[in-house]
Amino acid sequence: MTDVEAAITRAHHQEWARVVASLTKRFGDLDIAEEAAAEAFATAVERWPADGVPPNPGAWLTTTANRKAIDRIRRESKRDDKQKEAQMSYDDQPEPLGAIDDERLRLIFTCCHPALAMETRVALTLRMVGGLTVPEIARAFLVQETAMGQRITRAKAKIKAARIPYRVPAAEDLPGRVSGVLAVLFLVFNEGYLATGPDTDPVRHELTAEAIRLTRLIRALLPGDGEVAGLLALMLLTEARRTARVSGSGELIPLDEQDRGAWDTTLVAEGHHLVRERLATGLPPGRYQILAAVNAVHTSARDARDTDWSQIVALYDQLVRIDHSPIVALNRAIAVAELDGPEVALAVVDRLGDKLPAYHLYHATRAELLRRMGRSKESRAAYDEAITLAANTAEVAYLTRRRDQLAG
Amino acid sequence: MQYLVSVIDDKDNPGSTDRQPAISVFNDRLIAEGYWVFAGGLADTTAATVIDNRGEQPVFTDGPFVESKEYLAGVWVWEAPDLDVALKLAAEASKVCDRKIEVRPFQ
Repeated sequence: MTDVEAAITRAHHQEWARVVASLTKRFGDLDIAEEAAAEAFATAVERWPADGVPPNPGAWLTTTANRKAIDRIRRESKRDDKQKEAQMSYDDQPEPLGAIDDERLRLIFTCCHPALAMETRVALTLRMVGGLTVPEIARAFLVQETAMGQRITRAKAKIKAARIPYRVPAAEDLPGRVSGVLAVLFLVFNEGYLATGPDTDPVRHELTAEAIRLTRLIRALLPGDGEVAGLLALMLLTEARRTARVSGSGELIPLDEQDRGAWDTTLVAEGHHLVRERLATGLPPGRYQILAAVNAVHTSARDARDTDWSQIVALYDQLVRIDHSPIVALNRAIAVAELDGPEVALAVVDRLGDKLPAYHLYHATRAELLRRMGRSKESRAAYDEAITLAANTAEVAYLTRRRDQLAG
Repeated sequence: MQYLVSVIDDKDNPGSTDRQPAISVFNDRLIAEGYWVFAGGLADTTAATVIDNRGEQPVFTDGPFVESKEYLAGVWVWEAPDLDVALKLAAEASKVCDRKIEVRPFQ
């Protein structure tokens, strides 16, 4: 990559959301903002190699995008005066939240509005805040490009027609709305981490990286929010193990078999720092903070045998109290197996059967516990079930090998 | 911005029938706070008649245009500055009516 190309990539990462946000504020229209921002970056690709990188790329891009937007509005107002009406509802009053008044935050909350479907929020956030192109987003979620384009177009139309506001929610609504934003980012991360689809790479690094980048942005905008810090820590501690998690032959390597020397120590250190920072506040943790703490315990053990399972079970006990999902109960049972043995854990897991019949990890967990108890025949049946339901290629490869290692 | 606020009932699982006093109190508040434009409860869907006069002569059909388990039981029209305000009111309306609510903007 040349210096200019690197500068354009950097500007795209650092400035895209800011340019879209500032244009949305000025013109009250997401569509105009998105198109003008894209045109400004295209102009940069054309001009910077010849003219050189401007001293303040962000200001250059914003000015250029503003001009493009004004050109478009002039063109359209000649054609149709109706284009001038219906501006987005924009709250110019100072937010009661003080320091977090950043246009990008308004943009994020609009893209993650609860009146939009979850898959729409994900697509819109990646496009408007992340600056991914429609083809990139379509590829990431294995959707046809035209279908993804329509999803985003419809979302912009709904925001305009239903007047979804461009605003940071009021303080009393903020926790709920932030958790909605985090759910979007976690979903992007998980799709990267456990990519689904038979022809897909088992790990989609571009998605995990994008989720981390956007979570860092939210963290910079809402530094006091515990769950934001928790989710960032959870992502970092998971991402740190990425390269150790899939073998050269594309098979998933479980935590206890991973080469811990291959973990990214910088990411681990940053994740641990965030977890300690949250612990120091003494405030009750939310689910992302607890999950981050679980991962901090795992990544603190130099050897899998040194894992402090009693602490992990204690953390899951805490999580079960605030999150009644059977998946949390299943994960707790996996930790219980290490502490109290597979028999105790299996009794817990079997009780979850009617709640998780189609969840591959329910069957994989049963298979593993039954294997440890020497009940090979039942274990094999459970592995078969898990393999049928698993959608990640590395998981399928791992489960198949485990099944084939069973005696008899 | 005006929103059509539809109250949706379910034939298999109808909302409670004692909601009128609470709805009246809620309506008074909508009026006092400037959101109220119009409101009305609807008679049973069996009282509906569909008219099609796109052909040579009008055709009258007894009953609603679509038979479904869920049906429109009443409507409001609200004036609200944006969807967040409308959704907040709709969340209250759903409790007050003991029924689902749909919020849809006018063009």
